Amino acid sequence: MDFTLSKEHSMMRDLFRDFAEREVEPLAQDVDETHRFPRETVEKLKKNGFLGIPFDKKWGGQGCDTLSYVLCVEELSRVCATTGVIVSAHTSLCADCINHFGSDAQKEKYLVPLAKGEKLGAFALTEPEAGTDAAGTQTRAELQGDFYLLNGSKIFITNAGEADVYVVFAMTDKSQGTHGISAFIVEKGTPGFDFGIPEKKMGIHGSSTRELIFIDCKIPKENLLGKEGKGFGIAMTTLDGGRIGIAAQALGIAQGALDKTVAYVKERKQFGRPIAKFQNTQFTLAQMKTEVEAARYLVYRAALAKDAANKARKPQRFSVEAAMAKLKASRVAEYVTDRAVQLHGGYGYMQDYDVERMMRDAKITEIYEGTSEVMEMVISGDMLK
Amino acid sequence: MNIIVCVKQVPDTNEVRLDPVKGTLIRDGVPSIMNPDDKAGLEAALRIKDENPDTKVTVLSMGPPQADDVLREAMAMGADEAILVTDRAFGGADTWATSSTIAGAIKRLDYDLIFTGRQAIDGDTAQVGPEMSEHLGIPCVSYAADVKIEGDEVVVKRQFEDRDHIIRVKMPCLLTALSELNTPRYMTPGGIFDAYREREVRVFNRADVDVADENIGLAGSPTHVVKSFPKSVKAPGMKIETGVEESVQFIMDKLEEKYLL
Repeated sequence: MDFTLSKEHSMMRDLFRDFAEREVEPLAQDVDETHRFPRETVEKLKKNGFLGIPFDKKWGGQGCDTLSYVLCVEELSRVCATTGVIVSAHTSLCADCINHFGSDAQKEKYLVPLAKGEKLGAFALTEPEAGTDAAGTQTRAELQGDFYLLNGSKIFITNAGEADVYVVFAMTDKSQGTHGISAFIVEKGTPGFDFGIPEKKMGIHGSSTRELIFIDCKIPKENLLGKEGKGFGIAMTTLDGGRIGIAAQALGIAQGALDKTVAYVKERKQFGRPIAKFQNTQFTLAQMKTEVEAARYLVYRAALAKDAANKARKPQRFSVEAAMAKLKASRVAEYVTDRAVQLHGGYGYMQDYDVERMMRDAKITEIYEGTSEVMEMVISGDMLK
Repeated sequence: MNIIVCVKQVPDTNEVRLDPVKGTLIRDGVPSIMNPDDKAGLEAALRIKDENPDTKVTVLSMGPPQADDVLREAMAMGADEAILVTDRAFGGADTWATSSTIAGAIKRLDYDLIFTGRQAIDGDTAQVGPEMSEHLGIPCVSYAADVKIEGDEVVVKRQFEDRDHIIRVKMPCLLTALSELNTPRYMTPGGIFDAYREREVRVFNRADVDVADENIGLAGSPTHVVKSFPKSVKAPGMKIETGVEESVQFIMDKLEEKYLL
């Protein structure tokens, strides 16, 4: 057993850190304050191949693995959680979903431009009446000849309005409950497809979160993803991967807050000496670092489990590994950012300091792509089956 | 067109210190990086390749086996081939022995254009590139701040402190690049994976290099460093011209400000 990164993963981390510090960090504060989507960063992510890391070169990707992708989301989120989730939602939820469940024709048409970063992706499952309980899905798709007619709405959709390609879940047979859900690929600009006003959120201000509205929206029949009625399984499998991305985001936020705090306590003086000299500071830092490292190993392990599952001959899930990674990393992000603000004292509560933003950004990692309670259901469900 | 780019793996001098007793660099725990001027040379070569896709960029480094890392980095940025010139016999080389050895390796290769960095941040001699051009019998333009290919010639802006020269030079030739020449591109994730998993670094040992024994390694190095030592850092002084009373008060204030009183 070896807990060190390989040479290529280590070089990859250096690359992502260098990019994040030079290209992303300088914008983080402004993106948060002005609630603007960092389009210029997305262009740079595209140029450097960061929007297709785990996908086969055949489909326009970089031909790397899930751990490489996790290192990217971690390092981006270390300086800007908004940028981390843009990459995560695009890669894990949209592109990876098409990669796994799409036909070759769908991959050619949608995965290639997504993996090259020419198009940005999003994923739409949540509805006003259906969050954790997907069976409550109200959006419906009716087959009418060559197309499906889509009606309904989706809420809290990450990258909404900014993305070009959406994986959307809708009921094709309401009587079947979750077995009546199907997945569709919907392009921005399709008549009858519109967006609600941007949501005002506690954190990740630069990430676009909006409603998707479908009114008699005609989706070509060939845009059905997988088979009719298989949408729920597609959503759950895709979310297993998505949770690794969010776990990486949470890990990055925690590491970022820790790094800012270590620098701060060496400079901040009280009672004539740096506050790093006080035992309370030292013990708190030790706890923070230990938690971050514990989270890191669970997140990296989940990444390896996903790759192993993809290579396995027989179908293999990694739901439990992904759920444990997200459960732990999101709580660590909350704990570490909270302690970071505390060690910064009054300054930590001010928006001039990054930890204020990081504490607000951390909370969402416990909620989206499955709440911590859903993670606990997944983990205990596997233990007690 | 064949371009050779010489790169050196150097300690990141932002994080390096000198051992005060031995006068040598403390390299333990100091990250190694691609020398910044060399990286600019590589970027210049890759830009030529971007415009002329039939260009082949070969990156070459002389150093210990771990210099393999900078060559992989260069391939992850887009270099086509990598050569590591390494042998115990080459150890302890000064600039004369280094330039003789690298030139000896390059004699075995086809090239139209050679880039080196202006100088390495660990040695700061700026001698190896120009010396190589002498050994190879080709023209050298140092301090290149802009490079354009025109047919079989290169138009180079040579940057001096107080003026620039525009120089037209026939290939084959050697240019030494300034880090100001450009902003090097990032590696790509796929490039990194390929560099370690799909690509090879060719290794040139003593037998692969066309150079005389008396010009290599420590024995072939006419330069000997007698002593190196850290410069003591002094804060810049301040000159105040005023009367005795005011001067005393000024000094007292300064001492109090620094908690020395």
